[in-house]
Amino acid sequence: MDQVTELSYALDTFYFLVCGALVMWMAAGFTMLEAGLVRAKNTAEILTKNVGLYAIACIMYMLVGYNLMYPGDGALIDGILGSFSALGKADNSAADVIASGGDTYYSTLSDFFFQVVFVATAMSIVSGAVAERMKLWSFFTFAVILTGFIYPMQGYWKWGGGFLDAAGFSDFAGSGVVHMCGAAAALAGVLVLGARKGKYGKDGSVKAIPGANMPLATLGMLILWLGWFGFNGGSELKISNVDEANAVALVFVNTNMAAAGGLVAALLLARAWFGKADLTMALNGALAGLVAITAEPLTPSPMAATLIGVIGGLIVVPTIVFMDRKFKIDDPVGAISVHGVVGIWGLLAVPLTNGDASFGAQLLGIGTIFAWVFITSLIVWLAIKKTIGVRVSEEEEYEGVDIGECGLEAYPEFAKTGD
Amino acid sequence: MKLITAIIKPFKLDDVRQAVADIGVQGITATEVKGFGRQRGHTELYRGAEYVVDFLPKTKIELAVADDIAEQVIEAVINTARTGKIGDGKVFISNLEEVIRIRTGETGAEAI
Repeated sequence: MDQVTELSYALDTFYFLVCGALVMWMAAGFTMLEAGLVRAKNTAEILTKNVGLYAIACIMYMLVGYNLMYPGDGALIDGILGSFSALGKADNSAADVIASGGDTYYSTLSDFFFQVVFVATAMSIVSGAVAERMKLWSFFTFAVILTGFIYPMQGYWKWGGGFLDAAGFSDFAGSGVVHMCGAAAALAGVLVLGARKGKYGKDGSVKAIPGANMPLATLGMLILWLGWFGFNGGSELKISNVDEANAVALVFVNTNMAAAGGLVAALLLARAWFGKADLTMALNGALAGLVAITAEPLTPSPMAATLIGVIGGLIVVPTIVFMDRKFKIDDPVGAISVHGVVGIWGLLAVPLTNGDASFGAQLLGIGTIFAWVFITSLIVWLAIKKTIGVRVSEEEEYEGVDIGECGLEAYPEFAKTGD
Repeated sequence: MKLITAIIKPFKLDDVRQAVADIGVQGITATEVKGFGRQRGHTELYRGAEYVVDFLPKTKIELAVADDIAEQVIEAVINTARTGKIGDGKVFISNLEEVIRIRTGETGAEAI
């Protein structure tokens, strides 16, 4: 019996680690997606932003974020504020596990590993929205604060067992805690930053600024799709019995179906509305489907999951267009639309298939998370603007931020060494 | 007829295109080029090693225009493409011997 308990622990720990590794791979997805959707002269900088933010997220979460989000019994203000301490290397002993009768079923450090990659995901949503005109080090400064403090605080309120959780707010894998959080921070950043030069004409016209590399963008989306199996699948948190294994399988299927539904819906809508099969809308559509199902990938049937994704795809296309046309909010990759607006849809869809959820609790969660993240982010962005500045100079923006911020070009030519 | 060739900063292309269209120029060819005049390039550091990039991205435009609007077009190009900062570019004017429209065979002023 003890052997089964130990094996079960090992399997569940392994499951966390593999799912965490899949979510880590989403960093490559965001990096490639964004690299493909910006102009050539700004590519090296966005690559640097993405690899940098991932590393910063891991370090900040280890130093302070994790225990702020999961203080266990050690919360400073129960339900509201976690604890301030760094991650140590202590873990459960075999004796502890057996004595718990299986209640302790995974390694503490595997839990950290699984959680840390989620923080990085939230932060990388911001990098796409502020692309091509933000100072690199201002971005990194913001990353330190979002990953170390802003994200963990609202994460505690739901997943750490805080007041949102107690109020019945339901968010399985993070349509709110991760995706809408990232989008709210991105929105605050874009409002402080302003649009790219030349994006909007004085007469209100919108100028297209096409991305330099469609293959990279597409690769990025497919990598994200794969990583999302870990994102949603791992959030079931356990696999080592029949019920849990079945649940995980359903989550994988629903995640896949929602992405498929979102992609097809967005592609059809783009064809009907613009007359062409816009690849970038198809990519955003698939991601929208994934974001939509993330709040609840377990209770819907595969057909329902597909529909949830379809609606996500149908929402994201007009949102992207009207963000530009009506609100003049310049978001080069559509991050705010995909992760924010559709994140809200995902959270509102939960009560449709999950009887334990309610619209009231969902609205409370949406409002709380959005307000917290948006307001604190706004304050941080404004503080950064006042001190080191957020925007590159006009000259640098025309030249391309690769040269100004990174001192190298993503696609260099006509260069000679020496002298 | 004149062939007006201009090397301009890439981000000025739209403004120049608009300005010459307003005068009545109907066709324009644009090429992405790299070049330098007196504007120096820059030195970059790649993994600790220096390298020099003399050639800067520019856009070359070519316009075939009738003699009677040539002066106006040249002025429009210069005024729109100028930023006052180094690297604004140059305009080259040459005489155009003949122009032929491929589709119809029209020549001279009708082909412009």
